Parts: sequence; structure tokens; C-alpha cells
Amino acid sequence: MSEPRTQTVKSMRTPLARVRNLGASHSGTSDFWRQRLTAVAMLLLILPVIIIVMMLLGRNQAGAAQILGSPLVAIVLLLFIIASAWHMKIGMQVVIEDYVHGEKVKLAAIMANNFFSIAVALASIYAILKLSSGV
Amino acid sequence: MVEFALPKNSKISGGKTWPKPATATETREFKVYRWNPDDGKNPSVDTYFIDSNDCGPMVLDGLIWIKNHIDPTLTFRRSCREGVCGSCAMNIDGQNTLACTKSMHDVKDGAVKINPLPHQPVVKDLVPDLTNFYAQYASIEPWLKTTTPTPQKEWKQSHEDREKLDGLYECILCACCSTSCPSYWWNSDRFLGPAALLQATRWVKDSRDEATGERLDNLEDPFRLYRCHTIMNCAKACPKSLNPSEAIAELKMKMVERQV
Repeated sequence: MSEPRTQTVKSMRTPLARVRNLGASHSGTSDFWRQRLTAVAMLLLILPVIIIVMMLLGRNQAGAAQILGSPLVAIVLLLFIIASAWHMKIGMQVVIEDYVHGEKVKLAAIMANNFFSIAVALASIYAILKLSSGV
Repeated sequence: MVEFALPKNSKISGGKTWPKPATATETREFKVYRWNPDDGKNPSVDTYFIDSNDCGPMVLDGLIWIKNHIDPTLTFRRSCREGVCGSCAMNIDGQNTLACTKSMHDVKDGAVKINPLPHQPVVKDLVPDLTNFYAQYASIEPWLKTTTPTPQKEWKQSHEDREKLDGLYECILCACCSTSCPSYWWNSDRFLGPAALLQATRWVKDSRDEATGERLDNLEDPFRLYRCHTIMNCAKACPKSLNPSEAIAELKMKMVERQV
């Protein structure tokens, strides 16, 4: 909904100066590309991952460790975790950039998003490696 | 954070219902957003009835009829009345479009509801302040840029290369697309919006232009370009049936192309 123009004193910069602001950051394309790259990777990996998860259903830890002991199974799971955590991180960053407008809050949110994604990824990778190597 | 509720001074109060024209046998109801910067009141929605037998078929005809016969203070922009100038862009029945090419008979149930273009400051009634929108257009530098000395006659372009500009050059900058885009609503200070980006594509794809790389440099930014999430409200709104989201996708493809 449009809103009546408020009569507050605005910055006296020209409209073009405000639009140009600090200039283009010359970035964004790599995130855009990686978002698609990880999407395709997950598309390829999702079927094997579903099969592996179904194989794991109802097994105890020893049974799960046995299945994860196969290098192929462990690598498929590791790849899936990396792709999905990366995808999650970029996706959440896009949401934050869209909706959070306070510079400080935005910076904190992006930082928290990075920490969370890396922690989730590393915890998952650690768990897979631990089960798969049987340590 | 994004504001989902209207600011206090934007809350719409009940407006005036103007009497039906006395001599009319057939009328059509119009509900029109009103806001006057001088009276200190909140916006309202006024109800008018036009004489269908004395008025042209388009929504703009209805508005002009109201201005001529009922309420001369009703304020809106219009010029060419044939979909070329883009002045009369407004939100009609929930869709941004041109009042001059939208038939009031296409608005099905009940009243023809008219609001200014969404998420722009309002100057008065149906007139939005498009200063930022025009500055964004200026920022993509919409003119031919060359280093090679200007030829004696014109810069030449093959038929095939000229055809690449079809679907881009027709844009009339009415702002229907940009003001229908949620990404533009939330980030219009930094996101260039579908109209400016479609125009940017028009110059990036122009075979005569020698500044393609600089143009892409100027657009490569998480906010200027990558706020577009292909929501496609722009394509739905465009009264010229153009597809800005496709043009923006082409820009993104070119960005990837020069990197990967």
C-alpha cells in the first residue's frame, strides 16, 4: 500500500547519488552460482540418501555403523551434508538480506547464520566420520 | 525489519460517497484512493458513480468523467490515453496497470477500485512520487556508450542483432512492474527493480554498445541485481506484455558466463 509522503526533512543528496550510494560490490554471482550448484548436487544425491536412510531405519548403533562403514555410503552422506549446509547458509542469507534492514541487526544475523550453518555441518560430518570409522 | 502494517498516517479512513448523477440511467461505481497533503488528514476511499452511457469504456475515461462532472479535485496523471506514455499507471482492482488500456468492463464484481501504485510515496491522490524510480533508471546509464570513433553515418546493426532487443525496447517506464515486486517493496533503496534491470538488459544486449562489461560490473551486486527472486509479479503486471524477470535471468546468466 502506498503511503502519504511524509514532510520530514530529507537528505539533500541528489536522487542519483542516493541510488549509486557506495557503488556496486562486484559480488553476489558466486553465491548465486553456488546456490544452483548445491541444488543440482542435492538433486543427484537425494535418492541415494533416501535409500541409505531407509536402510538405517530400525537398526541399532552397531548396525548403522556397519552400513556407514562402506566408504561409498559415507561419502554420499558427507557430500549431501556439505551441499545442503551450504545451500541452507546461502538461502538463509538471502532471507536475511531481504527482510532485515537495520545494518547492525543484519550483520549480527548474517554472522549467526554462518556460525549455525558451519556448526551444523561440522557436527553432522563428525557424526558420520565417527560412525563410519567405528571409533 | 520489514513493515507489514501501515504507518499511522497511512491508515485509510472511510471516505465520502458522492451522489449518483441525477440524469443517469446506468451507473458504474468507482472507489478511489484520496489523499491530500494539505489537509492533514489520513487517506480515504471516495465512492463515485459515473454515467455509463456518457463515458468511454476505459478506467481512465471513468476518472476523467469524475474529474469533469463530479469532483475536479481528483488528482491523477494521464497524457496519451493509448498506452504509450505510461503516465496513468495505477493499481486497478488489485493489479498495477495503465488506466487508459484497462477496460472498466474487465473489472468484474462491483466497484472499480483504484489505488496509487503500491509502496511509493504519494504526492496526492493517485499520483506517486517516482523520483527514486527515475534515478534508478538514470543509474543504468541508458544511452549508447562507445570508444570507437563515431562513424560518418549511423552505427550499424544486423537484423539478427536488432531482433535481440525485441521485448526490451518497448518498455514505457510506467513503473507497474517495479511497484508490483515484493523485493522492490522491501528494498527499493538498493534493489534496482524490474524496470531499470530490463532497461539495463536492453543496453547489455545492444550489439552496438561497447561498454557491456562495465554495465555488468555496475549491476553485479547482491542488492542491485540479486534481490530478484523471479517472483514474476513484474511479468504479470506489465501492460505492454513484456517479461522483466526473463530479462533479469539473462543478466544473471551473463554474470555467470563471464565467471564460470
